Amino acid sequence: MIALLLRDLRLAMRAGGGFGLGLAFFLLVAVLVPLGVGPEGGVLARIAPGILWVGALLACLLSLDRLFALDHEDGSLDLLATAPIPLEGVVAIKALAHWLVTGLPLTLAAPLLGVLLHLPDSGQVWLVASLAVGTPALSSIGAFGAALTVGLKRGGLLLSLLVLPLYVPTLIFGAEIIKRGAAGMAVEVPLLLLAGITLGAAAALPFASALALRINLR
Amino acid sequence: MSIWEYANPKKFIATAQRVLPWVATGAAVALIMGLIWGFFFTPDDYKQGSTVKIIFLHVPAAMMAINAWVMMLVTSLVWLVRRHHVSALAARAAAPVGMTFTLIALATGAFWGQPMWGTWWEWDPRLTSFLILFLFYLGYVALWEAVENPDTAADLTAVLCMVGSVFAVLSRYAVKFWNQGLHQDSTILKVGEKDPLDPAYYWPLAVCIAGFILLFVALVLLRTITEIRLRRLAVIEARERLGS
Repeated sequence: MIALLLRDLRLAMRAGGGFGLGLAFFLLVAVLVPLGVGPEGGVLARIAPGILWVGALLACLLSLDRLFALDHEDGSLDLLATAPIPLEGVVAIKALAHWLVTGLPLTLAAPLLGVLLHLPDSGQVWLVASLAVGTPALSSIGAFGAALTVGLKRGGLLLSLLVLPLYVPTLIFGAEIIKRGAAGMAVEVPLLLLAGITLGAAAALPFASALALRINLR
Repeated sequence: MSIWEYANPKKFIATAQRVLPWVATGAAVALIMGLIWGFFFTPDDYKQGSTVKIIFLHVPAAMMAINAWVMMLVTSLVWLVRRHHVSALAARAAAPVGMTFTLIALATGAFWGQPMWGTWWEWDPRLTSFLILFLFYLGYVALWEAVENPDTAADLTAVLCMVGSVFAVLSRYAVKFWNQGLHQDSTILKVGEKDPLDPAYYWPLAVCIAGFILLFVALVLLRTITEIRLRRLAVIEARERLGS
């Protein structure tokens, strides 16, 4: 399983693997929104939590369709499915690899973009915290969507249609944490709820994803 | 005699066709009666005026929009566990109907909200959850359309329906957390409590709800029969192509 994780990470790092693409997209969102909304600091500070979370969500979505599709094309997914490790584990590892190359860099880069969007300093720490806690959920949920659409030729658009509604609770709690944190209110409740979603998704969704993969590989 | 006999498509079609005219007539009678009663023979509300009468479309549509998803969940589960094709096709048949009811509820709500709340749309928890429910329906229907192999499509949509249900409920409560409500609470089940629905509205509303339930059953039966026949047609066509 560790070998699989390393393989996925290596593939993502190499040229054409898409590493950094999500990050660049995230940066673009944070640059384009002020261009569209106008440069007033007050407005930007108010919408910053939502923009950053929506940006993270879309950046995550961008790389999801390659999660299983490439392996499906060259047949390595069939090999993984028949390998002596459980398919659920494969899915979990692939989601973890996806998080390491998209969610984690996003979390680390977020404070910089927070500054660009005039997010108050009191919100910065909660921005990082909410992304760190919430983005693993995005990867697990996304892996489920990718598993559903793996056999389709043009699954990318359908994938976003399936996955985005599933992202609603994560988005709400994630943005709420930053909003409350920036305003100096207590953030325990949304933070715990977000952690609950992440843990629940990481624990239960690999089973659903593996089931969907098995159906698609039949 | 058990319900599983209807897993046989032939038996299902025979029974459905016998029942369908009665259900359809019942739906028509109840809807015509309920709507005419509701629209023309109930008094105006002292505060809302005649706009209150949109309740006769809004409430039954909203109820059935949710119930349709629950029905899809149950039939998906039956398909996954017992592999009855009729069950999967019934879920497929119900989805667009439920989606339409969701749209009706959203549209009538907007028409009512414009004069009453002064806005077509408000990011209120109930409204938002209904919009999210609509997105779930959209994804479900799109997945059915996208997958070519019918059995794979049935399996995948069933899994999606189950995971989607969990997230739909989660979203419902997340949205409540996110914004305070403008939408009033349900008054139908408040009989005997304070602030109940006026009896003048209660009975026509009950008739309308019965009409919507019958309409849903009739549409799902009809669409399931159509789906079964389409499936048969595809088999016949495939056989012809092999023969020629």
